[in-house]
Amino acid sequence: MAYNLKQVVAEKPSRFTAGHRMCAGCGAPVVGRMVLRALKPEDHAVISCATGCMEVSTFIYPYTAWTDSFLHTAFECSAANASGVEAAYKALKRKGKIPEDQETKFIAFGGDGGTYDIGLQSLSGAMERGHDMVYVCYDNGAYMNTGIQRSSATPKFADTTTSPAGKVVPGKMQSRKDLANIMANHHIPYVAQTAAVNNFKDLYEKSEKAIYTKGAAFLNVLAPCPRGWGYNTEDLMQINKLAVETCYWPLFEVVDGKYVVNYKPKNKLPIEEFLRPQKRFKHMFKPGNEWMIEEFQKEVDRRWEELLNLEEITNRE
Amino acid sequence: MSIRERLSGNEAAAIAMKQINPDVVAAFPITPSTEIPQYFSTFVNNGEVNTEFVAVESEHSAMAATIGAEAAGSRAMTATSANGLSLMWEMIYIASSLRLPIVMSLVNRAVSGPLNIHNDHSDAMGVRDAGWIMLFSENNQEAYDNLVMAHRIAEHKDVKLPLMVCQDGFITSHSIENIELIEDDKVKTFVGEYNPEQYLLNKENPIAVGPLDLQGYLFEHKTQQAEAMKNAKKVILEVAEEFEKMTGRKYSFFEEYKMEDAEIAIVCMNSTAGTTKYVVDSLREKGVKAGLLKLRVFRPFPAEEIAKALENVKAVAVLDKSDSLNAAGGALFEDITSAMYVNKKRVPMVNYVYGIGGRDTKSDDIESVYNDLAEIAKTGEIDNPYRYLGLRK
Repeated sequence: MAYNLKQVVAEKPSRFTAGHRMCAGCGAPVVGRMVLRALKPEDHAVISCATGCMEVSTFIYPYTAWTDSFLHTAFECSAANASGVEAAYKALKRKGKIPEDQETKFIAFGGDGGTYDIGLQSLSGAMERGHDMVYVCYDNGAYMNTGIQRSSATPKFADTTTSPAGKVVPGKMQSRKDLANIMANHHIPYVAQTAAVNNFKDLYEKSEKAIYTKGAAFLNVLAPCPRGWGYNTEDLMQINKLAVETCYWPLFEVVDGKYVVNYKPKNKLPIEEFLRPQKRFKHMFKPGNEWMIEEFQKEVDRRWEELLNLEEITNRE
Repeated sequence: MSIRERLSGNEAAAIAMKQINPDVVAAFPITPSTEIPQYFSTFVNNGEVNTEFVAVESEHSAMAATIGAEAAGSRAMTATSANGLSLMWEMIYIASSLRLPIVMSLVNRAVSGPLNIHNDHSDAMGVRDAGWIMLFSENNQEAYDNLVMAHRIAEHKDVKLPLMVCQDGFITSHSIENIELIEDDKVKTFVGEYNPEQYLLNKENPIAVGPLDLQGYLFEHKTQQAEAMKNAKKVILEVAEEFEKMTGRKYSFFEEYKMEDAEIAIVCMNSTAGTTKYVVDSLREKGVKAGLLKLRVFRPFPAEEIAKALENVKAVAVLDKSDSLNAAGGALFEDITSAMYVNKKRVPMVNYVYGIGGRDTKSDDIESVYNDLAEIAKTGEIDNPYRYLGLRK
């Protein structure tokens, strides 16, 4: 059946309720809500979440925005927490302590800080062990919860509070880590990179695949942050779209080792289109800094070509 | 009929875990506790237990996975030592704050640095305020018995706290001694089923665990943990009584060895108590009224009971197998002197930091402590209460 947003929303009430305290214009709750909509309504889920914006704004004692079972412990171990819950599920099912017809799914959330950086080891371990779970990274490209410090997901030249655009050093001097590919190299059954574009079609369908693929799955989802990126809150969906149309954030999936690039823009937009509306890149548009935009564009192009090559190579007969 | 065996302390711990047959074990190897997950994964792969074994990639994840498993509604266990416990430290506090009755085997070893793989108690002392029940074991038999009693204490409705069973790395973990094992079915009945009231895998009643807990609530929640730790004292004694009925082996907060008429006494934990008993016996033959208080339950700390047990002696030496590096004395010494003061018992007390990094503690060393105590008992004078035993000059 063809995807239809109105129908999905009508038939699947949100499992992540209103009343949470995430900022207006933040991508993370939009992503979280849509990922959970991909669950079959009759299925139960246990959600684990790393410390970060999404956790501290949604589960402040005695309130919670999560209607499913939810576990938070610390910053770096959302994946390890989920692997323990999943192991318990297997053991209790085997011992007949959970009803036979109960289907529980395991979804771990983490921001890029809790995933690319401090939680990378725990994520890698859980994926390698092949727990039947999905890890969802909502990637906003910096440590936003503590006040916009650079992470290994922060794009080059971005102005953050620990990579400020200074008089000598013009922002973060390193390119971002390519986590989706690192996860693909764990040779797990399903890895995808996605964003909330085109009525959430890509995000919804990939979430559904990730949740209902047996074994470990990983989703890397773009989650813009109005405070950290410096865009107007009402522009969230436009920023998502520009990230995809410039190929800064390609939509792709790796199914049993085969790459599929899900969207190839007919008219790839120049990277300036994505950079310009964001205050974190403002200094790149000052006279004399043209080289920064050029360099950024080169890196986007290089990675896009590499991705297309991977698609070609992994699909050869 | 109980089963007579010869086992190392690690084997004894692994056998106890096999008999308990927990739902989940998540562990990472570290000397000297490595053998426990080794033995246990063999039980798993040979179908002798129906546990999910999670071979995690670090101790931090071992505790994180154990927390996940226990919060999910299963019985979860782990084992570690020294730096493994240090890496878990963040999660250790979280486990107790979430009131998860996880049981851990802690095979005590010196915490780095510098790196040392041998026994002292610096790992355990580093988590003494983390809200875990801490039981210490003189030998393999006690390590086994404490593990068999562990879940009954930890899972009790008035307690709901994690529990660690300590034993000395190499000294007991790798020494093969005689041991009396309890039959499998008896252990199974004694330990019982774990049926938590609320758990993550209960589809009918989903719960959220581990909130952001701010100024309005954290204080009260911490006080509930403190209350649970107080409640554990009663439960520990009740479980010990039931255990004694099953095995004939008696346990309490501590063991008083020849303390009835003792004039000088040593307080210590774990394997050093064995050496001390030998020295007490030989001194008794010479007419010296020496005694030993071997502490089993370090958390909750039985302050009042210890003060009562020591009130009639003339001098006490507290042996700390970990230095607090605080220019005042070891952790056990501070707890015991505080217990004495608060309970208005005025007995001269002296502290010996000993056995650091596995430094051998011989009967001669223990005897020298009793000799010092005899002198203190005579004069009442203590020139320096913070001393070292077995330190090379």
